[in-house]
Amino acid sequence: MAEPMLKPPKSAISPITWVRQNLFSGWYNTLLTLVVGYLLVIGVGPVFSWLFFDATFLGSGPSDCTGTGACWLFISERLNFFIYGFYPDDLQWRVDVMFGLLALSFVPQFIERFPGRKWFGLFGLTGLPVVGYFLVPGGNFGLEVVESSKWGGLMLTLILAYIGILASLPIGIVLALGRRSEMPIIRGICVVFIEVWRAVPLITVLFMASVMLPLFLPDGMNFEKLMRALIGITLWQSAYMAEVIRGGLQAIPRGQYEAADALGLGYWKKTGLIILPQALKMVIPGIVNTFISLFKDTTLVLIIGLFDILGTVQSTITDPAWQNVAIEGYVFVAFCFWVFCFGISRYSQNLERKLDTGHRT
Amino acid sequence: MKNTKSIAIGAVMLCGLFSVSAASAATTLESVKENGHLQCGVTSGLPGFSQPDDKGNWTGIDVDTCRAVAAAIFGDAQAVEFTPLTAKERLTALQSGEIDMLSRNTTWTLTRDASLGLNFTGTNYYDGQGFLINKDIGVDDATQLNGATICIQAGTTTELNLSDYFRSKGMEYQPIVFDTSEQTVQGFAAGRCDVLTSDRSQLAALRSKLSDPSSAKILPNTISKEPLGPVVRQGDDQWFNIVKWVLFAQINAEELGITSDNVEDMLKSDNPNVQRLLGTDGDMGAKLGLRDDFGHQIVKLVGNYGEMYDRNVGPDTPLGLDRGLNALWTEGGILYAPPLR
Amino acid sequence: MKKQTVDSRPAGPKPWYDPRIRSIFFQFIAIALVFWGGWTLVDNTLSNMESRGISTGFGFLDETAGFGIIMSLVPYDATMTYGRTFLVGLMNTLLVSAMGIVAATILGFIIGVARLSSNWLVAKLALVYIEVIRNIPLLLQIFFWYFAVLGSLPSPRQSVEVADSFFLNNRGLYLPEPMPQEGFGLVWGAVIAAIVVVIGLRAWAKKRQLATGQIFPTFKVGVAILVILPTVGYLAAGAPLEWEFPALKGFNFGGGITIIPELAALWIALSLYTASFIAEIVRSGILSVSKGQTEAAKALGIPNSLTLRLVVIPQAMRVIIPPLTSQYLNLTKNSSLATAIGYPDLVAVFMGTTLNQTGQAVEVVAITMAVYLTISLAISLFMNIYNRAAAIKER
Repeated sequence: MAEPMLKPPKSAISPITWVRQNLFSGWYNTLLTLVVGYLLVIGVGPVFSWLFFDATFLGSGPSDCTGTGACWLFISERLNFFIYGFYPDDLQWRVDVMFGLLALSFVPQFIERFPGRKWFGLFGLTGLPVVGYFLVPGGNFGLEVVESSKWGGLMLTLILAYIGILASLPIGIVLALGRRSEMPIIRGICVVFIEVWRAVPLITVLFMASVMLPLFLPDGMNFEKLMRALIGITLWQSAYMAEVIRGGLQAIPRGQYEAADALGLGYWKKTGLIILPQALKMVIPGIVNTFISLFKDTTLVLIIGLFDILGTVQSTITDPAWQNVAIEGYVFVAFCFWVFCFGISRYSQNLERKLDTGHRT
Repeated sequence: MKNTKSIAIGAVMLCGLFSVSAASAATTLESVKENGHLQCGVTSGLPGFSQPDDKGNWTGIDVDTCRAVAAAIFGDAQAVEFTPLTAKERLTALQSGEIDMLSRNTTWTLTRDASLGLNFTGTNYYDGQGFLINKDIGVDDATQLNGATICIQAGTTTELNLSDYFRSKGMEYQPIVFDTSEQTVQGFAAGRCDVLTSDRSQLAALRSKLSDPSSAKILPNTISKEPLGPVVRQGDDQWFNIVKWVLFAQINAEELGITSDNVEDMLKSDNPNVQRLLGTDGDMGAKLGLRDDFGHQIVKLVGNYGEMYDRNVGPDTPLGLDRGLNALWTEGGILYAPPLR
Repeated sequence: MKKQTVDSRPAGPKPWYDPRIRSIFFQFIAIALVFWGGWTLVDNTLSNMESRGISTGFGFLDETAGFGIIMSLVPYDATMTYGRTFLVGLMNTLLVSAMGIVAATILGFIIGVARLSSNWLVAKLALVYIEVIRNIPLLLQIFFWYFAVLGSLPSPRQSVEVADSFFLNNRGLYLPEPMPQEGFGLVWGAVIAAIVVVIGLRAWAKKRQLATGQIFPTFKVGVAILVILPTVGYLAAGAPLEWEFPALKGFNFGGGITIIPELAALWIALSLYTASFIAEIVRSGILSVSKGQTEAAKALGIPNSLTLRLVVIPQAMRVIIPPLTSQYLNLTKNSSLATAIGYPDLVAVFMGTTLNQTGQAVEVVAITMAVYLTISLAISLFMNIYNRAAAIKER
């Protein structure tokens, strides 16, 4: 690719031709365009005026929401609760630091030419949880303790999803390797573990983790509610993770295994140096997609009484001071999730396109 | 064949989850003291009974019941952590040991006492089931509710009472069962049901959550007995006694006229009953495994029963509930605590 | 030790380096660990339950339940047993899952095809739909359809009504219910006969097409038979069908078929959400069919509509089915979110009220999980059979 290639000739399609080709080719398409276009216009108009034009953005209290549109004032008034839950006001800088570090670790991943972005990502996967472990609950270095029962809102949602995915990764790798093992008993154990966890709904897992776990454990051994939810989420998620990773393992051409064997590498060296690096690289998009679905599924913790972002909104929309703000609340949460999930899925699609280099016959 | 090590490690990891060797069984009191706080199960939000504000500070009569126990053990009413539970989760959470005590307007019934491995320690609120209706449907009495759609909270005795009541009257109804009391209000407000049923005290609380409380009214009928009280696990009599006597101490304190305001003066009282309650005479606390001044701590930090009632659900609160059955036996109610001696 | 290394013959591997022995050894350890872990778990649970005085066993299933359930496909009232509540919950779970699977499949295929439409507007709309719906948590969508939409529906007395027989209000959608009278068996007989005839017709038409190349309009004739035969049977039996119309009685409508809002909200949310995933699966399935196939079909003069139906979709199905199966499984599992809005599914009725009234958490949760495991295995099995039938027959 040394010599410059000729650019393709400029498109000779004028806007009118484009419209004719893409919207009005034939009576069938024309009819379709007209009907759909009409529905769109009458549908979108009221939605937009409710969302923006008739909406109330500024004010000091519920009484200012008099318009026919949305009452965004409700969101801005309670935003602190939606983001931090019950976390004490004067300690919220600790959470802010975590949000900042999280953004610092992962925003560069979206920027192609960011220098050293790999290191930022690596920090996100290793250093960030360590910092968070000391910073968010407190108790060390003279930081005031904040019990996990006070965590809530967006912060709790992110904690659940992030720790859930990080912790399930190693378990998932082990399970995936076990499922590909040549030893029938080991394989059987892993298959049963994976299939059972994948078959049961997260709700039952969370219920079990939240109220029944202490029954299974020896007397005197107990975890906090959040910890129990995390254990449930992690075990459940690791089964899904195992299946994603297994896909990667299966996609490694047989030659790679054989070459490693021919070099006389033992199982650990073969797996650790040859197979896993290739397999994991291949399944990064799959892992990211799993993360997205876990991120959405964390909303289920509201059913066991944890206040995630949906939980905080659900508990405030019944506040008698604010009337009929349910839709505003739901739209706000939907928007938060959508921004995260859509952004991440775009990233994963990009990655997929970039990683799609070899291994195709 | 070479996967062996990784698999062995994997298996160890999986089993490691369950492999913690059994610790020696400690009594509930010991483990509470070791943790430094009492773990108490409450509702996820019911004004007057247990409700967090937006900073996570809990208030309510059920919350104060927990605080009184913490005051008796630690001399610190704040040494409590609250676990918000739905009605569905509460008994399992207590059985499994997730919480040390449950104080979540739970009705005392034979089944719960006998076959669930639980013990009710007393009654901190005498209640009965009633109906909240939308005024629009024009009903004055529960006997006119044939064919109504009724919102209930899942996992409560009200679910059973409702069925009994309608069956005995030969009426039909459609139950809409929600997980939390918040959702029942939301469903009622959205017009999903004509009637919301629950304990009468709760109805007052839930009505206050409506955007227009005057659009709904509580029917005069009471269809059941609902003695609500704190619950502990069976098998630890010492803990059972502690939770039981903390409530009795509060009731006795009201009877003796000891309040959080005059408790310091009362320390000098000549009345032997007061002396025993406040720990200036005798070793009542030690018999329970507590400090001798546990009564003093409870009244000082939480107050007597009457104070607790008035502060959370009494006539001057948004709930505005009269003492009624919950007045002392000397004042026409049925609150009657055994003597502290 | 030193002697062995100077031995001229290469020694066999030491026992602990022999892969077979190692394999057996490690598997033995794994089994031992699993059994030990399982035993510890069971032992802990049993001793905990005993020390806390919790009763065990499945005897509770025969006790009287004593609570009402709003919707039941099998006869149920409060005097029946806890075992019956299990059945009611299970049937309701299966109902909403089946309804969801059908609706999501149809919608998903339509949107997936629309996504590839040559009409720009339609394609972009499908894209927006997919990207919006699948990036919002399902639970939120269920809440939205339930609480937000329910709140905007009228009360029973101000129902939206169509022809005095269909009513929509915040208590649900009311439809007239067909009440078969005596002699309706003839109609059922006619329906079965019509189905048999159509199957026979199809086999005959296919045979004839293979032999002579002539195409018989099976579809049109088949529909005609399916309509005419039962109609004839219906009239011959003297029109033995009456309709029960819903009517306002007291506070609510009575009579007819009721679709309660909980079912509707759950169904709509599950279908819309899963459809967005199915649409993407369908799109990638269709794209996986090589362009040569379409071009070949065009060259043979097969019309566009038939190309999609007879050439592209059958080949795409092979790519579509495995991920479609997991979507069906997800939908079934997600139906357990019913508990959040009070639809009486298995989790809400059995793992909710029944568990709470009996207090036997371990048994109830074990049964519930076993049910989901069975459903999941059954769907996998069914789809595997279908997949095998649809796989490329290599000759």
